[in-house]
Amino acid sequence: MAYQFDFVDVFRYTDVLVRGVGLTVTLIGVGGTLGIAVGIAGAWARGYSGNRVLEWLVAAYVESIRNTPFLVQLFFIFYGLPSLGVRLTEVQAALLAMVVNLGAYATEIIRAGIEAVPRGQREAGASLAMTRLQVFRHVVLRPALQKIWPALSSQLVIVMFGSAVCSQIAAEELTYAANFIQSRNFRAFEVYFVATGLYLVLALLLRQGMRSLGGWLVFGRRA
Amino acid sequence: MKFLRLALAALAAFSLALPVVARADALADVKKAGVLKVAVPQDFPPFGTVGPDLKPQGYDIDMAELLAKELGVKVELVPVTSANRIPYLTTKKVDLVISSLGKSPDREKVIDFAAAYAPFFNGVFGPADQKVTKIEDLAGRTLGVTRGAVEDLEISKIAPATATIKRYEDNNGTISAFLSGQVQLVATGNVVAAAILAKNPPKRPEVKFLIKDSPCYVGLNKGEPALLAAVNAAVAKAKKDGRLDAIAKKWLGAALPAGF
Repeated sequence: MAYQFDFVDVFRYTDVLVRGVGLTVTLIGVGGTLGIAVGIAGAWARGYSGNRVLEWLVAAYVESIRNTPFLVQLFFIFYGLPSLGVRLTEVQAALLAMVVNLGAYATEIIRAGIEAVPRGQREAGASLAMTRLQVFRHVVLRPALQKIWPALSSQLVIVMFGSAVCSQIAAEELTYAANFIQSRNFRAFEVYFVATGLYLVLALLLRQGMRSLGGWLVFGRRA
Repeated sequence: MKFLRLALAALAAFSLALPVVARADALADVKKAGVLKVAVPQDFPPFGTVGPDLKPQGYDIDMAELLAKELGVKVELVPVTSANRIPYLTTKKVDLVISSLGKSPDREKVIDFAAAYAPFFNGVFGPADQKVTKIEDLAGRTLGVTRGAVEDLEISKIAPATATIKRYEDNNGTISAFLSGQVQLVATGNVVAAAILAKNPPKRPEVKFLIKDSPCYVGLNKGEPALLAAVNAAVAKAKKDGRLDAIAKKWLGAALPAGF
């Protein structure tokens, strides 16, 4: 008896899937924004400020996050921190883990962009009586972001897929929804096929969103 | 002709004796041999495992020794698996099966069940400060459960709408969530709860109420009323004088549930 495909059985649980997609989008929306902000701050500290102490602190943060698995970081935040008195809900823990993770990788990506801006640019900006903050924002950071925007977009998509891992702490995002539906109707092929399709659409939308955002914020194209 | 008549007479006498031989009393056999052969598990803690000295130990082993003592005989432990424990009984390789055996209609057709001696249930557990005694008390509380397990399916059907059920991928995740305080209560099997209690955790999973009860029974062959009565009497006596409670506390970390 051949396996009978039944996709209708998956769409009986459409509300569960919609809630899951909603949380995934929320996590990457908020987490991505905060993560990039952390990345810019870290890149400034390690690649521009010249402050040895700051450089060392950010280096310690970046290396400990980039050299450990995301799942372990997540479990530490969710299961380990309560022993130190910090108990986060699963959405808070997922968000924190994603921001911390993206922040570390974004720091290095943006720092590479900053280092690719010639030193002479900074001197040119100073000689035009720009303040140090203006030099950083307009002369260094903007060209840096232009150079690394595609790499940053890719990292963002990777972190969005990392949100699937957050199903392990019962954060009810898309992968959790898929697992839940599968545990009720046992149709693994149909359920995970639909989930894969939804992630594909989300990733494509995210990449397009980053292109548009980059065009407006970074590349100076009129929106 | 005379030989033929003699042969027929012998055959008749022999055939009269046969039913007597076949209907031998298992209890009498055990008493005569001075040995009670009991099938026990060897791979299912805390009911039956093999200790570091390679000797069997566990709830079922303690139970077997208790029954043998009550009958006044020695015990011979025969390690079995879930698949062969009933065939071992029906082929008389053992007299009793004490191997976390649950009652089911299919099994009732083949063997008899004596008294229940060990609790085996899915329930809701939590620390003492959670005042929960029935399913309605879950309202407004968080409950952790392993996704897809029997407890998940049952509790999802009957839990109140304001109860928050968090489903984790496996038993380890569920246990971690409970011990770190991410959920107030946990729905799992009493054996899992016993395993947690054995490690002296910061949050003790004490039973609040049962979801599905399937206690362990002593199994014996059909048509053995004397043995059945003896086993039932022994179990009842052990319940009354607290020996069964002591075994439960030793291996499950909790006394027998109320009304067992």
